[in-house]
Amino acid sequence: METRIYKKENSLSFFKLLKGSATDICKSRFLARQLAERDIKAQYRQSYLGIIWAFIMPITTAIVWIFLSSSGTVQLSDTGISYPVYVFSGTLIWSIFKEALMMPTSSTNSARGLLSKINFPKEALILSGIYKMLFNSLFKIVLLFVLMLIYKISFSFTLLLFPLGLLSLILLGVSVGLIVTPFSMLYNDVGKIINLGLSFFMYVTPVVYALPDTGLMKTIMELNPLTYVIGITRDILFGGTFTYLMPYLGVVLISLPILVLGLVWYRLSIPVIVERLSA
Amino acid sequence: MENDEVLVKVEGLSKKFCKDLKTSLWYGVKDLISGVKSSKNERALRPKEFWAVKDINFELKRGECLGLIGHNGAGKSTLLKILNGLINPDAGQVTIKGRVGALIELGAGFNPILSGRENIYNNGAILGFTRKEIDDKLEDIIDFAEIREFIDMPVQNYSSGMKVRLGFAVAAQMEPDVLIIDEVLAVGDLGFTLKCFKTIDTILPNTAVVFVSHSMPMVSRICNKIILMENGEPKYVGEDIGEGIDKYYSRFTNNNSNVVFDDNSLTLDSFKIKTESVINGFPVINWGGNLKLDINFTTKIKKETFCIVIIISDKEQRPIAMLQESQFNSIENESMRVLVDVSDLQLSKGLYNFNLVMKSGMTNEPRLRINNIGEFQVIHEKEVWQPFLLRATYDFIS
Repeated sequence: METRIYKKENSLSFFKLLKGSATDICKSRFLARQLAERDIKAQYRQSYLGIIWAFIMPITTAIVWIFLSSSGTVQLSDTGISYPVYVFSGTLIWSIFKEALMMPTSSTNSARGLLSKINFPKEALILSGIYKMLFNSLFKIVLLFVLMLIYKISFSFTLLLFPLGLLSLILLGVSVGLIVTPFSMLYNDVGKIINLGLSFFMYVTPVVYALPDTGLMKTIMELNPLTYVIGITRDILFGGTFTYLMPYLGVVLISLPILVLGLVWYRLSIPVIVERLSA
Repeated sequence: MENDEVLVKVEGLSKKFCKDLKTSLWYGVKDLISGVKSSKNERALRPKEFWAVKDINFELKRGECLGLIGHNGAGKSTLLKILNGLINPDAGQVTIKGRVGALIELGAGFNPILSGRENIYNNGAILGFTRKEIDDKLEDIIDFAEIREFIDMPVQNYSSGMKVRLGFAVAAQMEPDVLIIDEVLAVGDLGFTLKCFKTIDTILPNTAVVFVSHSMPMVSRICNKIILMENGEPKYVGEDIGEGIDKYYSRFTNNNSNVVFDDNSLTLDSFKIKTESVINGFPVINWGGNLKLDINFTTKIKKETFCIVIIISDKEQRPIAMLQESQFNSIENESMRVLVDVSDLQLSKGLYNFNLVMKSGMTNEPRLRINNIGEFQVIHEKEVWQPFLLRATYDFIS
């Protein structure tokens, strides 16, 4: 029979926690799917426009930048591909990353009620968040492909790597998100700061314009690891030059231990958060 | 499976809480960091903290049921949360063997927009069932909840009772080794409550149950161990359910009589229970003895017929018996004395009190009503939770 021990000292080693986390992720696949299904169904059942809302955000951002660029309000360096597709792909990749970063907090936050009442594998919240993101991203990606057809951009064979690129994009976001979640659950400020920071960050990342060839902006952008993530993910989509492949791989490799740490940290901190929320 | 294995073992369990939100959140951050370092000190209270649960010890075997009682905020729910693994204790240790089921919140994970059928899957998944298990049990669940007709209706259109029924029906499919029940069964109509307890009765023998309730009759019906908590500390731990319940009640005894209605037509001068001995400030009557009252009052109305009604209620203010009524005629501004005698009192052991009602004999209109006018206790060696212990003779004919 399974024996559980609850006490203050967590004599549990890092690896035991990791193992627990892994088994719980495995065990909670059904729960995660069920939760994702529940939220997606509920979201679209109470709406006529339904899935269209998933497109509206990236489309509006893209339209704004297309307007700014075509009207000559802002002068941008050459992007290599037709600008609307460039902007749309940029905002798409950015929105997926941002969503991934915020997801652990928002998933945990929306399960507040459950967390303080029922003991269930908490990893299911993260997994279901990932499922939901994949579902929502799917529609945006289909839209991107439609745009690519319209603007006659040839489909490169590197597109086959895109699922992998998408996954590492999400994992990167989620692993950083996991680290901040315990703090952002305690203080609302954390979430607000991250939101604010991200909106600044977007402009030092080649989301809506390409990396300039020279200047201060180039230096700043090259210091920003997200430049490589966005750049390479876009290169995968359009078969680009893959100039920054090495730094990209570096970022992805670093994100793996962060993810492992994040999962253990999340597991360790949930009881503390539940205590402070329900107290 | 042996029947005497200890499924729940709680040793020196304590938990502290913080009274101030900002400080609490800051301690949360500190705890997060010290959690990583797995520091072993910090047992002492930090500023603005208090012990919500302090030094609880008990063991529970399969087939046993522990009643957890206490005033609001005594720490019962916190203890349950620790037992359920939702929060970590600050001191001490809990060891639980086997599958734990918790009836703390019914219908967890319900989404109001989705249908009852879909929500069975949501709730079931959170309770740890697999899809196949839910598929197999779906019909049983719908039947148990008695809402087949509405099963495809959105749950937001359910009545609260229906939601609870559906939630319990799913939870009832658990086959736990340890069951934790908070006060969730009080909702629902009588029929459903009875059904719930029937279900609990069937799982009791194979389960170790921790039962939190404010309903003492319920506690005395199903529990064979009891913990009375007061301000986080165990005030009584043991197997004498009656004693635990008595101690619980003694916290709430209020000696203040309260005048519920008075039209100033008469004043009560005294209400005495005649008795030989007084224990703990309460007059004592032996079971089977005589209850004697001595009541004095003054009437202010000329020539009126009064009707005197005396009601005995139990510790929870539930009226359980009434003395036969009697009428008398008043004389203006004259004090009257009434002696009441009830012979062979067969109330069971416990604490009782009187409500006195004076009515107009003609119109039946109330004149004066005083609740909780006097308390007394009945002594008997046998403890029963039913209000009466009736004298009976048996003839065994073979």
